[in-house]
Amino acid sequence: MVLAVSAAHKRDDRSTNLWILITALLGTTFVGGQVYEFTAFYNEGMGFSTSLFSSSFFVLTGFHGVHVTVGIIMLLALRGMLKNNKVPGSRSETVEMIGLYWHFVDIVWIIIFTLIYLIPA
Amino acid sequence: MNTTPATDSHATEHGLSTVGYVRIALILAAITGLEVSTYYVDFGRLFLPALLIMMAIKFVMVVSYFMHLKFDNKVFSWLFYTGLVLAVGVYCAALATFKFFG
Repeated sequence: MVLAVSAAHKRDDRSTNLWILITALLGTTFVGGQVYEFTAFYNEGMGFSTSLFSSSFFVLTGFHGVHVTVGIIMLLALRGMLKNNKVPGSRSETVEMIGLYWHFVDIVWIIIFTLIYLIPA
Repeated sequence: MNTTPATDSHATEHGLSTVGYVRIALILAAITGLEVSTYYVDFGRLFLPALLIMMAIKFVMVVSYFMHLKFDNKVFSWLFYTGLVLAVGVYCAALATFKFFG
């Protein structure tokens, strides 16, 4: 994402579009992994109301996954708007705003990953 | 085709070069690898502090470089970190009411 923002500042449209697409694809891979993980946990007997941990786990990671999905939609919409010259105002600022949203979701994951996945309950 | 408006005042270069961003990404990946290694390697009493410090380093690196806080006006850094400290303080206060720490 940061490379898309950097390319947008340099007015390099081709690289901006490419990095936005790569970011969206990586985000989709992440969400796909979450869907797989949720399904695997559910099939192994860890449902939403199984325990306090499972409820916290599904709420925290689920909300994060929803935000990533919204980010992917924003990225794809941005890419379409850039291609069709439908971005109002500054293009680089628009890319940067969406980049800020994306990285904010990113830093939330840094915390969730450590607290939920690495520190034992 | 480049149709960026001529009035795009924000289009000046700021932040790191592409190589710089890739370097930051590699450092973040290396720290993540270290974090995951704590699952397999016994770090003893250092386990929790090490994880929290690595988490904080990654957090600050993303905020500073990828969110450009390091290159923006210091006011934004103050606003961001003041909010963060306040949020962590409220979280700890809430946990204390549940006797989480003792």
